[in-house]
Amino acid sequence: MELDFSGIIPAIPGLWNGMVMTLQLMVMGVVGGIALGTVLALMRLSSNKLLSRVAGAYVNYFRSIPLLLVITWFYLAVPFVLRWITGEDTPIGAFASCVVAFMMFEAAYFCEIVRAGVQSIPKGQMAAAQAMGMTYGQTMRLVILPQAFRKMTPLLLQQSIILFQDTSLVYTVGLVDFLNSARSNGDIIGRSNEFLIFAGVVYFIISFSASLLVKRLQKRFAV
Amino acid sequence: MNYNWDWGVFFKSTGVGSETYLDWYIAGLGWTIAIAVVAWIIALLLGSILGVMRTVPNRLVSGIATCYVELFRNVPLLVQLFVWYFLIPDLLPQNLQDWYKQDLNPTTSAYLSVVVCLGLFTAARVCEQVRTGIQALPRGQEAAARAMGFKLPQIYWNVLLPQAYRIIIPPLTSEFLNVFKNSSVASLIGLMELLAQTKQTAEFSANLFEAFTLATLIYFTLNMSLMLLMRVVEKKVAVPGLISVGGK
Repeated sequence: MELDFSGIIPAIPGLWNGMVMTLQLMVMGVVGGIALGTVLALMRLSSNKLLSRVAGAYVNYFRSIPLLLVITWFYLAVPFVLRWITGEDTPIGAFASCVVAFMMFEAAYFCEIVRAGVQSIPKGQMAAAQAMGMTYGQTMRLVILPQAFRKMTPLLLQQSIILFQDTSLVYTVGLVDFLNSARSNGDIIGRSNEFLIFAGVVYFIISFSASLLVKRLQKRFAV
Repeated sequence: MNYNWDWGVFFKSTGVGSETYLDWYIAGLGWTIAIAVVAWIIALLLGSILGVMRTVPNRLVSGIATCYVELFRNVPLLVQLFVWYFLIPDLLPQNLQDWYKQDLNPTTSAYLSVVVCLGLFTAARVCEQVRTGIQALPRGQEAAARAMGFKLPQIYWNVLLPQAYRIIIPPLTSEFLNVFKNSSVASLIGLMELLAQTKQTAEFSANLFEAFTLATLIYFTLNMSLMLLMRVVEKKVAVPGLISVGGK
């Protein structure tokens, strides 16, 4: 087999659009996942047994099923659910259903990171804030979470790199992310092997350099 | 878009032969287990070798293992699967290529690709765990073994590894569970494992929610039972006197 990479250059605009899609999915998944994950973590840590059970069940549930199953299920189910809620046909694209799937799935993982982060803050901080008359909400928002997030940053970034790689699973619903655009561009000119290698190299360079950066950060953030 | 709930759908005939939908799930679960177990054996063997290599006092040997880990950890699993399924067969010598593409039936060739892919992918993760386990042991262990005249292979085989494995059972368990979850990518190259059968059931029966609920339950039960099993194993083989074990 001979490899000929010259076909990649004319395909770069298409590949770039795919990469933009990949990054959009990742960023939205990370932002939504962290937001929902933080809420879940606070629920898990709360003294209310019901709240903490619900959050625990959520995390266990999403951590024991494959991401690919979540993506597929949401893609097929979201139109039905929307119809039940709104009462009329609400067209929703693959993109939106994938974003929701990533947010909900990643929230389970982010929840565990945030929980560990909050638990790593010394108890005295909580007591001191409360002694100053702060409410629980204020203590969390102004004292505990800012410190916890600082400690968690490397872990949150690592999880984001994992999500960056996992976004390639949207292939299953036909969304044109970076991998899928490489596959289809390669198939058109009969050079799918070259495009696959190229996609692999690009994913590697991005993830590898990002994880090097995270390692550096980890050293700087070390308490 | 009216939806007809029917939880009895799994006992209905699929219209393909005399199979019920439940038969499809059982066949799918069989493939999922067949992929995960074989891939795990590969991962455990290769990962252990790599893990040892990373701790060996030789720059070249540990460098090779480090490169392996970085390569397999930074390329998405799906890309790796496509490489094993589409690219690698094209690189094989002609007679092997013919055998893989023509003589093997499509299910077997997809199975081989998935097992090799998942095995090598997970080996990189197992390697890191084995390395952590070895490095977590007190340095005196190695020094003592050396002082007693053990050679390097003997030190690893008789002193370090037996203890390291027992320390890293919890992270290894979670990797083992990951193999089960990751095996679902096999559905993307046409292997009819659990997720693929679920999708097919959803399409054939139009009972989407029931189909995916059952799949979720199966994955969930599989996960929980393996986790409980590994907890028992962990307690049985705990190294006495280490804080990291038992949680006591």
